[in-house]
Amino acid sequence: MSLIEAKNLSKSYGAIRAVRDVSFAVDRGEVVAFLGPNGAGKSTTMKMLTGHLRADEGAAAIAGFDVADQAVQAKQHLGYSPEGAPAYGEMTVREFLRFAADLRGLADPAESVRKTLDLCRLNEVAAQNIDTLSKGYRMRVGFAQAVIHDPEALILDEPTDGLDPNQKFEVRRILKEMAARKAVIVSTHILEEVGELCTRVIVIAKGEVRCDESREKFLARGPDLNAVFRQLTA
Amino acid sequence: MSSSETPSSPGLKPFAAMVRREFAGYFRTPLAYVFLAVFNAFAVSLAFFVGGLYESGIASLDRFFLYHPWLWAFLAPAAGARLWAEERRQGTIELLLTWPITVWQAALGKFLAAWLFLACALLMTVPVALTVGWLGDPDWGVIVAGYAGSLLCAGACLGIAAIASALTRSQVIAFVTGFLACFILVLVGYGVFDELLAGALGSGGVDEIRRLGLWRNLEPFTLGLIDVRPIAYFLSVAFAGLGLSTIIVERR
Repeated sequence: MSLIEAKNLSKSYGAIRAVRDVSFAVDRGEVVAFLGPNGAGKSTTMKMLTGHLRADEGAAAIAGFDVADQAVQAKQHLGYSPEGAPAYGEMTVREFLRFAADLRGLADPAESVRKTLDLCRLNEVAAQNIDTLSKGYRMRVGFAQAVIHDPEALILDEPTDGLDPNQKFEVRRILKEMAARKAVIVSTHILEEVGELCTRVIVIAKGEVRCDESREKFLARGPDLNAVFRQLTA
Repeated sequence: MSSSETPSSPGLKPFAAMVRREFAGYFRTPLAYVFLAVFNAFAVSLAFFVGGLYESGIASLDRFFLYHPWLWAFLAPAAGARLWAEERRQGTIELLLTWPITVWQAALGKFLAAWLFLACALLMTVPVALTVGWLGDPDWGVIVAGYAGSLLCAGACLGIAAIASALTRSQVIAFVTGFLACFILVLVGYGVFDELLAGALGSGGVDEIRRLGLWRNLEPFTLGLIDVRPIAYFLSVAFAGLGLSTIIVERR
């Protein structure tokens, strides 16, 4: 059983077909780079995988649980950070993580918060309101709420968007630390992340999967990844 | 971290966390204190200066409760505007709906927290009742019934506010539409408005519609009458609003 499964997912917004017949499965130990130009259908696919958007056709499952029919079980095994890492700005980092831990019904929420603050190196801002944080910290808070329950499936929508090189390095470090035990999907339009982070690449354009292959195969397509990307998404 | 820390049945903990966060959320901004102050100022001054509670010489709170439909029509949408609109504006709705809590649990948690907040506002007016008790010899049972009715009326207005909030990402729009909808329910049952309606519908139709007014349903409580119909009316409006707002959130 794959931890993250998309089966023939399709979604339209009015006349626009945002995602057409997208299928793939991600197993434990895989970190998938979900690549595509802006508006390619990356976020829409991720939203369907998390159960936030209902697919017009097809189905999605997390850890074997259908995200529509067994939503609560599926969500218990899922960590998700939406694009832009939204959070309750008026709460402190610690309060927010505690809320996430309580809402997930974790057995020892205080301990989970402590571990997550350590893991994501958020201790120095733990007592600060999220509204007052820099973008780098905010993205890390979004990441922290997604991993607080140590989920088997992790879906991150542009987790390094807008971060400086040091912050990007930090997010990748944490991801690498936990990747072996999880199935991870990371959406991005930053090609350098493919080489540094992922084991597999899925390229999506105009709502369709254009390529789904191992990192090595993808990197072997050519020395200039930008040219490869342009060709695949044309 | 060990894998799969999630217990199989978290029980009521997630729901309790939801209520706690939402209730505390009101006090994280100055809005809550402004709200409580405005509610109290208006509740007291309307009763004394407009209703002539003191001049009436009667140890009763019916002139105090008389204005509560107006107060709730204005202030329940003010407190309820943030319920969903704020989640949409901040984008946190996407988090909330991908956490392992059903939309119904989230909606009920939010609703109860908001209702509890309105109950706090109402509780702060107890000195008015104590004043009446000090000046005269009121029937405390009637006063308690009045408070219960007012709280139910607040719940009904909050139900309407929840629908308005579920429809938009702007708290201002949520407040204005919620207020307008509640305002119509306040007007129903008032003389001038009834005459207008009678012209259009005939007196039989007006009588049916009058039953839908907030004051018409609150009045029996202020007289100490606990009747099933007004209780059913307030609770159905409250829960219909809660249900409809949940369906709207679920569908989007």
